Amino acid sequence: MTNSIPTDSVGLVTPQTHHFDKPLTLRSGKILPSYDLVVETYGKLNADKSNAILICHALSGDHHAAGFHSVDDQKPGWWDACIGPGKAVDTNLFHVVSLNNLGGCAGSTGPASINPKTSKYYGPDFPVVTVRDWVNSQARLMDRLEIPKWAAVVGGSLGGMQALRWAISYPERLNHAICIAAAPKLSAQNIAFNEVARHSITSDPNFHRGHYLEEGTYPKQGLMLARMVGHITYLSDNAMRSKFGKSVAEIEEEGNNFGRDLRTGKLSFGFNADFQVESYLHYQGERFSENFDANTYLLMTKALDYFDPSVDYEGDLSKAFENCSCKFMLMSFSTDWRFPPERSRELVNDLLKARKQLSYVEIEADAGHDAFLLPIPRYIGAFSTYLKKVYSEITGHAS
Amino acid sequence: MRPDLEIIQEWIKPNSRVLDLGCGDGSLLHFLKTAKNVNEIGLEIDNENINSCIENGINVIEQNLDHGLSNFQSNSFDTVLLAQTLQALSNPDRLIDDMLRVGTNGIVTFPNFGNWKSRFYLSSKGRMPVSKFMPHQWYDTPNIHFCTVNDFDALCVEKEINILARTVVDSQHQGSWYMRAWPNFLGEIAIYHITKK
Repeated sequence: MTNSIPTDSVGLVTPQTHHFDKPLTLRSGKILPSYDLVVETYGKLNADKSNAILICHALSGDHHAAGFHSVDDQKPGWWDACIGPGKAVDTNLFHVVSLNNLGGCAGSTGPASINPKTSKYYGPDFPVVTVRDWVNSQARLMDRLEIPKWAAVVGGSLGGMQALRWAISYPERLNHAICIAAAPKLSAQNIAFNEVARHSITSDPNFHRGHYLEEGTYPKQGLMLARMVGHITYLSDNAMRSKFGKSVAEIEEEGNNFGRDLRTGKLSFGFNADFQVESYLHYQGERFSENFDANTYLLMTKALDYFDPSVDYEGDLSKAFENCSCKFMLMSFSTDWRFPPERSRELVNDLLKARKQLSYVEIEADAGHDAFLLPIPRYIGAFSTYLKKVYSEITGHAS
Repeated sequence: MRPDLEIIQEWIKPNSRVLDLGCGDGSLLHFLKTAKNVNEIGLEIDNENINSCIENGINVIEQNLDHGLSNFQSNSFDTVLLAQTLQALSNPDRLIDDMLRVGTNGIVTFPNFGNWKSRFYLSSKGRMPVSKFMPHQWYDTPNIHFCTVNDFDALCVEKEINILARTVVDSQHQGSWYMRAWPNFLGEIAIYHITKK
């Protein structure tokens, strides 16, 4: 219970579902005959429809980026730190559109939806979608919402990759691409972590080759393990240390209840969770496994692995950027080791090579990849200053 | 208009591409953008300055000049600016090579340590000069590579750099005929327009 909704929140929001009948040809060549996209919007669209911002979510995100669905919600949307009245993405100035991507499990058509052809769950038969497919579906949503041009497309991590894809695929339909903690493509190490996550899901006996919903079950253990691995890559060593860094000596001395053995308060000398980081990962994994579809997780990690806009340009990303006409704003975080600053600098260099207009800010932050979700003052400062400038551009006067 | 800016803007072609190394709060680029419609990028490392650039609508990249410009293509800019930053670099000579690789011409401004005030301060007090214009003590100064007009001239000869124009102004950015006559003695800020030979 939040008791009362904070004044800097967009408040209570209700998602809307848009149905699309026009078949969508996917990058794989497969065709999705029809689909739903579930959407939330915050802030008012202005008269000339020039103040719309698209928010693109990352691996486990969805359309619920800000505000609350009910007064009983424990937590606001996933990017509430950055979206709201007076926040970096200021809903007093902008009309913000946030959707659940195709293949998701929060209401848009995905593996956990019913396939109208078979009247059964799509399950593993849901086609693999890529970042490009998402952006194509987002462009159709844009048409549906009668938005001619985005003031900005904004995203972190996998969301930042969608912003880049927008700039490449629809150069005339956005003014700014804001790409936070992203990368031009995944490294072998990134893909390796994704593969561990996928393998843990597919090797769970309850996975049933992806048909677990038909079987009335789900691969809880596999999904938990996938999330635990993922979570390690989201945090920095320092962030983990400061959050959970109790040593064996400290636990013994304090005799508190870190270990499972609450009677003695001592180390269990078994294989239960002695350290706080263990119970933290278990908790995160468990909570996630109850709320997320395993097939969607497989699909989202694949979309990440396949992301590489240079593929159509002989591996030269700068060529992919050549036709872009928007301005770019990139941000990275010092301790992010999933998509570290060097990866953002690769993007910067390819944008420079393509002679694009860009700004780049490297933020000192302890939190690792997760930093993009947090209210870190310098990050929020640069983010809001940039968007205020975007707003003054579209309205022709200072905000 | 500030006389040094007046001088610099004369050397910038309209609609050209300008890279400013250590662009500060972006005011020079903002001025050139307004006056000459340049296509600008600034490099800066100070957080507040970066924020001011963004506020001014100036393209700014957080980048440490001591790491060089290897991420910039050769001849990708018309003019590369290095204003009042030379003396704070670890390897000023290498950065000058790099700026003339990236740009077809360069503009360098720096405080002239050969100025009579510095000479007088050092010779009379026997201590490193401290002034309103250069307020730091020797141990906390960001300015680690001071040079004089004559030093810079010598570097240009050594590196076979072509000096297209050279002038000096005082710390109030005002010029005069006597300063131009004895630049290394009277000039407080040196302004060079250079290019590769």
